[in-house]
Amino acid sequence: MKGISSKAAAAPYLIWMAVFIVVPLIMVAYFAFTDESGAFTLDNLANVAQYSNIFIRSIWLAAISTVICLVIAYPLSYMLSGMKAHTQSTMLMIVMLPMWMNFLLRTYAWMAILGNNGLLNTLLGFFGLGPYKLLNTQGAVVLGMVYNYIPFMILPIYSVMVKIDKSVIEAARDLGCNSVNVLFRVILPLSFPGVASGITMVFVPAISTFIISRMLGGGGNLLVGDLIEMQFLGNSYNPNLGAAISFVLMVILLLIMTIMNQFGEDDTENDRVLM
Amino acid sequence: MNNIVSLRDITVEFDDEKILDSIDLDIKDKEFITLLGPSGCGKTTTLRIIGGFLTPNSGKVIFDGKEITNVPPYKRNVNTVFQRYALFPHLNVFDNIAFGLRVQKLPEKEIIRRVGEMLELVNLMGYEKRSVNKLSGGQQQRVAIARALVNRPRLLLLDEPLGALDLKLRKEMQIELKRIQKSMEITFVFVTHDQEEALTMSDTVVVMKGGHIQQIGSPIDIYNEPVNSFVADFIGESNIVSGAMIRDREVEILGRRFECVDGGFGANEHVDVVIRPEDIKVSAPSEAKLTGIVESTIFKGVHYEMIVDACDGKWKIQSTKAVEPGQEIGMRFDPEDLHIMKKMEEHRR
Ligand SMILES: Nc1ncnc2c1ncn2[C@@H]1O[C@H](COP(=O)(O)OP(=O)(O)O)[C@@H](O)[C@H]1O
Ligand SMILES: [Mg+2]
Repeated sequence: MKGISSKAAAAPYLIWMAVFIVVPLIMVAYFAFTDESGAFTLDNLANVAQYSNIFIRSIWLAAISTVICLVIAYPLSYMLSGMKAHTQSTMLMIVMLPMWMNFLLRTYAWMAILGNNGLLNTLLGFFGLGPYKLLNTQGAVVLGMVYNYIPFMILPIYSVMVKIDKSVIEAARDLGCNSVNVLFRVILPLSFPGVASGITMVFVPAISTFIISRMLGGGGNLLVGDLIEMQFLGNSYNPNLGAAISFVLMVILLLIMTIMNQFGEDDTENDRVLM
Repeated sequence: MNNIVSLRDITVEFDDEKILDSIDLDIKDKEFITLLGPSGCGKTTTLRIIGGFLTPNSGKVIFDGKEITNVPPYKRNVNTVFQRYALFPHLNVFDNIAFGLRVQKLPEKEIIRRVGEMLELVNLMGYEKRSVNKLSGGQQQRVAIARALVNRPRLLLLDEPLGALDLKLRKEMQIELKRIQKSMEITFVFVTHDQEEALTMSDTVVVMKGGHIQQIGSPIDIYNEPVNSFVADFIGESNIVSGAMIRDREVEILGRRFECVDGGFGANEHVDVVIRPEDIKVSAPSEAKLTGIVESTIFKGVHYEMIVDACDGKWKIQSTKAVEPGQEIGMRFDPEDLHIMKKMEEHRR
């Protein structure tokens, strides 16, 4: 009885997954391995190789952004989790606030701030400095990624940290830990699942982003996302190549995530029970 | 014997409410001392003061003659078994117990040896690699004890460590803990709200209520000479009645005069008189100053427990002989079974 009813309840989700996840994946694979006439070919995949520098740049910039997000988000989440419940919700609100604004608007705002006649350079001008080239640099792209994706790092880490039992921290202090020891021996290992999902949630969108690089990086800092977009919407229309690039990107992400999970498996066997 | 810890005039306030009010307490080296009191009376707070997790609003904590009021927990030679164990969920049994030694950066060989000793002491050999989340309550509790004891503290604080265990396991662990305390010669400060547990395990019992210490003494003293009706009531089942001292060694209760052994009260001073259920002797109504009608009789194993209606009050009597409900009986007691204590306004039955 129970089995049947729960199966029935799962049906809408299964249909959803089939239509919106499995079918698009099959279509990507189909286009990646066929030419315009629909015949099987490996040429598309072979052509991807010529864009390896763009792949490397994408991975590199996404990795830097992820690390910066982690470095900022981790201490912030730690401090947040130690605050009064009421302060916590206010602070979370502030963290989420930029996300309520349209993604394009947010990024345009950065263009206005970083431009040669932008806010920052004008300010620096008062002190006789600059103007510096801030816009259309890799730094600006990284800044844009960090700004847009940092909430996805903060939220999972924070939600794991508030769940850490305060008495466990007291136990560590009781057993001889000063604050540094408490951090490294208890809080860090217990918050690892949050860190892992934060990394995933920042790295994946960062590696495939396409607007940020165009708006803040100028034409010289194309990323994989831009490349894919160009194959579908740009002048170099070639959906088969676009699908092949997407396919390779998925494989790379899959590999990176598998390595990440392997890395986390060693000593966190028990964490999953708790979290 | 020397005092290992002394609390001097400790006051703790939360939200302008006094949680501990001028607590003075001396804990002797190597003794088993128990803080006993109802939930919310400040037992955990007192332990947290000794452990260093809480700084009192005023007063001093003295350890081995030195003031440590503001010394952080990790610098105190004290370890704690927490109320809900607080084991490290990311570590297995061995690593939980080894935690304190690893923080001290002891050589791995010594860590293995000492953790092994502890596993033996708490009877958990073979469980080293188990995840603590998969242990039963009793096993988790023993890991918590081992994790604290492995550091060889001078003082072990135990916050209701047996609270979550079933009765049988609880009795076993009481004996086990007592054995460990004796063999390791460590001072135990034990917290419980279970009076029987306190009486059977302790050298000294501290009865607390509402942030005040009511009485400090050996289990026998506390049981036989409760200082007020609260202690008498909390420490065991009692009949508490109001009375007045006529003179030394004579008290009037319920309009009748009884011989007693206490003195030193003012003439006609109002007092509380406590009579234990097991001290009341059942007799023929004609032979006793106090008579009543038996309301109910329940068999309790060793004895019968009877509720008797006498002088508009209910009396509890324990007797090896049963009396049918509805019958009239006489109730007698010896002078030394009347415990006279100063009147306490609150907490009357
Ligand atoms: N951090 C705190 N903030 C406010 N009130 C507290 C805090 N800790 C304890 N209390 C209050 O102090 C009183 C005593 O608590 P506690 O020492 O835990 O009692 P016990 O351990 O005897 O049950 C309780 O009324 C409790 O609500
Ligand atoms: Mg408590």
